[in-house]
Amino acid sequence: MPGAANGVFEMPKVTYLNAQEGIKSWLLTGDHKRIAILYLISISIFFALGGVFASLIRIELLTPGPELDAEMYNRAFTAHGIVMVFMFLIPAIPAVLGNFLLPIMIGARDLAFPKVNLLSWYLYMIGGLLTLTAMLMGGVDTGWTFYTPYSTTYSQSYVFLTGLGIFIMGFSSITTGLNFVITTHKMRAPGMTWSRLPLFVWSQYATSLVMLLGTPVIAITVVLLAAERVFGVGIFNPNLGGDPVLFQHLFWFYSHPAVYIMILPAMGVISELIAAFSRRRVFGYSFVAFSSLAIAIFGFLVWGHHLFVSGQSAYAGIIFSLLSFIVAIPSAVKVFNWTTTLYKGSISYETPMLYALAFIGLFAIGGLTGLFCAALGLDVHITDTYFIIAHFHYVMVGSTVIAYLGGIHYWWPKMTGRSYPEFWGKLSAMLIYVGFNLTFFPQFILGYLGMPRRYHVYPPEYQVLNILSTAGASVLAVGFLMPVFYLLWSLKYGPIAGPNPWGAKGLEWETASPPPTFNFDATPIVTQEAYAYDAEADEAAYQAALQQDKR
Amino acid sequence: MSGHIVPKKTYYTIFLLLMVLLAVTVLIAYLDLDHATGIGGLNIIVALSIAFTKMMLVVLYFMHMKWSSKLTWVFGGASILWLAIMLVITLADYFSRGWVMFTNR
Repeated sequence: MPGAANGVFEMPKVTYLNAQEGIKSWLLTGDHKRIAILYLISISIFFALGGVFASLIRIELLTPGPELDAEMYNRAFTAHGIVMVFMFLIPAIPAVLGNFLLPIMIGARDLAFPKVNLLSWYLYMIGGLLTLTAMLMGGVDTGWTFYTPYSTTYSQSYVFLTGLGIFIMGFSSITTGLNFVITTHKMRAPGMTWSRLPLFVWSQYATSLVMLLGTPVIAITVVLLAAERVFGVGIFNPNLGGDPVLFQHLFWFYSHPAVYIMILPAMGVISELIAAFSRRRVFGYSFVAFSSLAIAIFGFLVWGHHLFVSGQSAYAGIIFSLLSFIVAIPSAVKVFNWTTTLYKGSISYETPMLYALAFIGLFAIGGLTGLFCAALGLDVHITDTYFIIAHFHYVMVGSTVIAYLGGIHYWWPKMTGRSYPEFWGKLSAMLIYVGFNLTFFPQFILGYLGMPRRYHVYPPEYQVLNILSTAGASVLAVGFLMPVFYLLWSLKYGPIAGPNPWGAKGLEWETASPPPTFNFDATPIVTQEAYAYDAEADEAAYQAALQQDKR
Repeated sequence: MSGHIVPKKTYYTIFLLLMVLLAVTVLIAYLDLDHATGIGGLNIIVALSIAFTKMMLVVLYFMHMKWSSKLTWVFGGASILWLAIMLVITLADYFSRGWVMFTNR
């Protein structure tokens, strides 16, 4: 890490962390960076909780017989899904990294509406705590998808309270999206044109559009669910004149685009990491930028591929299948552009870059198996099997969580002013990569062989692959726990990082680490494109240094 | 942007209009237009038209869309377009559900 460990830097005296003191100054803050830290802490706690539920699932599936009873198992996997999707994956990158970085990257003092930003954190906490209360009272057994008629008519669990929590958390998403869109339009520094925006900002912008256009639909769907469950209004129940498949339409109209709420910001992080650690401008900048928008828009036209076996019309199935294949195009544009960026780059393998490279490989597998699921005929065979579980974990964990961790490591020195120990960072990145593949690759095979999801028992011939999967999950857990320790350690003992420890481009590296409350002493004036790296000059300097060493 | 000042009178007029439309909606609900005119589904068409009008009044006046920038119009329009996407594609399923594609004969 150039310059970081030499002790040449001093911690800035006044930063956003110490500008005001006391717990009240945090809980009533309008500073986007402090709100990002509030989110970081709460999201990490929820992630750990979701991890505990995941462990329960993997322990149960270690043997073919029942350790938990069926009812308990249903509640465990539902809790895992709800916590991970609504309380971790959806807010993770936008609310932590996006909140912290978006205003700095465009040269603004804060987001457009700081108080609305704080409101979004409170909505998130209220919704999260309500959902958590429902879990403590006994939980939900419907699966995270709340399919009717089970959720409306038969389930004896806390569907209403959980739904209320998700409804409220939805508004947290909407307010964040609103803030990001308006900030990107209105608060860019002089010279920060759209074609100079960092790709992370483009991806946050596309994500925010999905949040704004999609989230109201899940809110309304949850309200309709409650109206039927509590007041007996006929929406989804055929006896009352409703249709259960309508729920799936409405649910997936949001929840499929929600996948892009998770993956688009992750792609933005990866664009930054690849550029910084191969010292090259991102190949095909405008294609990468517009592919984010394309994914956001096409993402709204494909939800019916979740309904192939639901009794949906065969014609709608064919159209949804075709449309689903289209999303592969902008996704592939990104992957090819990242690999082309690496070509002839001056690559170095620091921790964030390990995560970025892991992302490319894992996302490729997650994306390509997505094509299996989009193929109408094949999907009938793999629907509701472990193949689907493996596919979406490759996208959500293998891509989103990996990118989130890569981003946290990359911007950690900016957020805290201190560097983490590189050796431990690399070790945990590699453990996570190995553990992840060992956990989820066997699940592709299990699913293809026909093991259904959401059952607590299975035939003995599936046990070997399940043991591999649980073993992988243990390695993965160790990999996830390690950063908790060394990142916390670095808060006190890490070497002082200085403003730009990676030698990266971008406005966030031009201000102090950690930044002052209003980010910049004077509004920056932007004269360069986002990735004004010069790989050839770097390489020449490196070769010259080598020559000097030989002499 | 939000700089435009709207006289109170406008707000009261719009509010009154909304209340009148609400009364019309309730009234229509008691009439069987389908039977009276012979046009199937006329009740629902009229009810939704009134609802759409009310929505537009709220958006244009209470939410100041009428005096807003073109960019705001793009976003407002997008939300209606997205609603249309949801309705049209979902209905595409319902309308084509009874169709039979392949038979053995």
